[in-house]
Amino acid sequence: MSGAAYWLPVIWTVILAAAILIYVILDGFDLGIGMLFAVERDQGRRDVMVNTVAPVWDGNETWMILGGATLYGVFPGAYATLLPALYLPILLMVLALIFRGVAFEFRIMTRDSGRSGLWDVAFMGGSATAAFCQGAILGGVIQGVSVTKGAFNGGPLDWLTPFSILCGLSVMCGYALLGACWLVWRTTGVLEASCRHWARRLAIGLFVGIVAVSLWTPILHEPYLVRWTDWPNILFVAPVPVLVILLAFLFVRGLQREHPVAPFLCALGWFFLCFTGLGISIFPYMVPPSLTLWDVSSPPSSQAFQLVGTAILLPIILTYTVYSYRVFRGKVTEADAYH
Amino acid sequence: MVSAASALLLARFQFAFTVGVHIVFPAFSIGLAAYLAVLEGLWLRTDKQVYLDLYRYWIKIFSVVFGMGVVSGLVMSYEFGTNWSVFSQKAGPITGVLLSYEVMTAFFLEAGFLGVMLFGMNKVGRGLHFAATCCVSVGTLISMTWILASNSWMQTPASYSIDPATGRFMPEDWLAIIFNPSFPYRLVHMGMAAFLSVAFIIGGTAAWHMMRDRRKGLPISQPVKVMFSMAMWMATIVAPLQILAGDAHGLNTLKHQPVKIAALEGDWETESRAPEILFGIPNMKTEHTDYAIKLPFAGSLILTHSLDGKVPGMKDFPADQRPPSPIIFFTFRIMIALGMLMAATGFLSLYMRWRGRLFTSPLLHRMALVMAPSGFLALLCGWVTTEVGRQPWTVYGLLRTADSVSPIMLPSMAISMTAFVVVYVIVFGTGIGILLRMLSRQPEEGEHDLSEQGTASVLGTRSHPETVLSSPDHGA
Ligand code: HDD
Ligand code: HEM
Ligand code: HEM
Repeated sequence: MSGAAYWLPVIWTVILAAAILIYVILDGFDLGIGMLFAVERDQGRRDVMVNTVAPVWDGNETWMILGGATLYGVFPGAYATLLPALYLPILLMVLALIFRGVAFEFRIMTRDSGRSGLWDVAFMGGSATAAFCQGAILGGVIQGVSVTKGAFNGGPLDWLTPFSILCGLSVMCGYALLGACWLVWRTTGVLEASCRHWARRLAIGLFVGIVAVSLWTPILHEPYLVRWTDWPNILFVAPVPVLVILLAFLFVRGLQREHPVAPFLCALGWFFLCFTGLGISIFPYMVPPSLTLWDVSSPPSSQAFQLVGTAILLPIILTYTVYSYRVFRGKVTEADAYH
Repeated sequence: MVSAASALLLARFQFAFTVGVHIVFPAFSIGLAAYLAVLEGLWLRTDKQVYLDLYRYWIKIFSVVFGMGVVSGLVMSYEFGTNWSVFSQKAGPITGVLLSYEVMTAFFLEAGFLGVMLFGMNKVGRGLHFAATCCVSVGTLISMTWILASNSWMQTPASYSIDPATGRFMPEDWLAIIFNPSFPYRLVHMGMAAFLSVAFIIGGTAAWHMMRDRRKGLPISQPVKVMFSMAMWMATIVAPLQILAGDAHGLNTLKHQPVKIAALEGDWETESRAPEILFGIPNMKTEHTDYAIKLPFAGSLILTHSLDGKVPGMKDFPADQRPPSPIIFFTFRIMIALGMLMAATGFLSLYMRWRGRLFTSPLLHRMALVMAPSGFLALLCGWVTTEVGRQPWTVYGLLRTADSVSPIMLPSMAISMTAFVVVYVIVFGTGIGILLRMLSRQPEEGEHDLSEQGTASVLGTRSHPETVLSSPDHGA
């Protein structure tokens, strides 16, 4: 393989992974807040929860659209095999995101007609379902997809296995943790305290999930196992589990000392590490267990053209995203929310 | 075989249904964002309260419309992969790249500044807030540009080569791909369609308030007058331009997709001095247009701008390359009729304006009210014409629709189609109900909420949408 044909897909894999990670982190706490509606019944406090993300949720979700579009433009082979293979969980996720997306507006706009309770349920259910589906999709990709001649040839329920369900539940738990930590940072009083309480429980759940998925993944496919046990690979991968445990300590300490952002940062760190760990396992496969990133990528001319744009635009996008977060920084209280 | 054919049919229905719902909201956003930017600009320039009142009124509508645009668009960006995987595999190197550019140049821009636009007035000051409104508006226009480049490339593919091994489309010159032969026409036509659609919604809303106030014997409020006048200027100026643009678009299509023109005209034989068929029912089996009412010479005149110009007929093309004429024959005529009626409304308003009866003429108000949904109807009819007229191809002349579909089993397709219909009816039904309720309220007139809500943090506007932009004096 010549230089560009080899390196462009590698560079794009890194960009794609970064986009997905940013998505998971940003929309993760949005969706988590939706799920936490389940344990917070008070209307005023629910409004505060929503208000902490209302100005930014659309931007958060755009990272997911970027992920889809990048797959479509740069890795059409993956887009065209993974999406049909994961048809039903993707469908369910998209429908769930519709409900939770419009609920931001509808739960307030329907207040005078007395139906807003239903849209609160839609917000909560949509968030939970979307989170579960994202985990299940991840699990579905990791466990692999049956492919012949570059096209999906399996059944509609192939993705549904104990492993993908475990992944779905872990992601739900993780997103709820991110949401709780975000609220610890951005709110005050009763809400802050109750989120701190929930953060602790959710962290235990996520930790169990991480351990289970980590033990299960290597036994799914031979190459995954080799990646984690072969010398000298092990030198590079060994720090991952160590760091996970280190972060757990920092997390507990942050909660005990009532530090505002430490728990949130630790939760983000966990996501980062898990994501890296999974990346290490499946690289260089884009559609495990048969298609590598080079098998599914588009011609170098497409990748190069898109890379130019991305190199210029992504820094600009990040700049104004940070700006819009800064405009709405600081604690949000009920006085802001409702009067 | 049967199940593959039904899966294809379902995939097509599903695409038409989801994109048909989606297109309405972006078109609404494109027009309304521009209108909001104009209103805010006028307010900053003149400091007149009425513009701020109107801004506050329409921004609430915008936030609901935009939300629905986003969620329906999310569906579209995954539907190519789930339902049209062979198409995405082959055309992705071109259309996927264009979509990625849309995300990076448009969607992020809109989403990044939407928060500031909706809730940021008290936080960033007037100038920056205006800049945010402009960014959102420009974002919607950029978005339209990319998606139309992609769609136009599918209609009139340019600057590609086909990889013999995989059948993929390999891009050559990106500028030529973007500025493919039908793109400029489509961009202008669609842009004006979005502005007109929103102008008629605004005009219709104002007309309704004026009719109601007159019935109750109340004076007509200043904001209602201003919005009616603005909307009617738009109709007066843009509707005739749209007819010219549509005409140019049709001539261009005649050059690149003659069979589409033959089908939407219901013409079977190639003729010079061709008549224009005003009404008829094209029959694909007998290859004849039944019950035709013809206007002599008009067909040649309209399509070639000369009396004895040659107009193509469907019989020139093999039967398996003809689009379904009975559908587009009608959608095309509905679009044209509505375009004419819009221009007529514009002229009527100009006449009434000249006679000083813009705000008193019941005839004009009734007409504006009836015409309120006409823009969106015409827009949908136009898209059906364009898209069905491209059949049986997805990439015109190169990739057939039947060869584009995913290897998806019928059950999954049936489940998803049902789910979309149910969910869309609930969600967009509720959304439209909310919009109508909001539109039925009068725009509130200024000042009072300055004192009342002066100290409210701007985030609170979420719970109390009425107070978006309360206390503008905090800014600047
Ligand atoms: C970027 C591409 C794109 C865009 C912007 C649109 N379409 Fe499209 N359309 C397609 C890409 C496409 C497609 C993927 O190429 C389809 C799917 C199957 C097909 O025949 O073409 C299609 C099919 C398709 C069909 C089915 C045709 C048939 O079964 O004969 C209809 C009725 C529409 N579309 C309607 C629309 C409307 C109302 C649009 C307004 C927004 C629209 N399309 C925009
Ligand atoms: C079938 C192809 C299409 C796809 C895949 C698609 C995709 C999307 C997506 C994902 C969004 C949400 C962006 C966000 O999060 O802010 C969106 C919004 C938008 N789309 Fe589409 N879209 C399609 C067709 C169209 C068409 C035909 C137009 C207009 C000509 C259009 C114009 C817009 C605009 C202006 C927005 C932003 C405003 C809004 O969200 O209401 N799109 N689209
Ligand atoms: C009476 C004047 C009009 C004429 C002659 C006209 C002509 C056309 C033609 C020929 C097409 C098909 C292009 C193709 O096949 O590639 C088209 C498409 C379309 N029309 Fe019109 N049109 C008119 C009025 C309108 C109006 C009033 C609207 C909406 C407000 C509208 C919205 C559209 C849209 C959205 C499309 C599809 C997008 C596109 O291909 O540009 N048209 N029009």
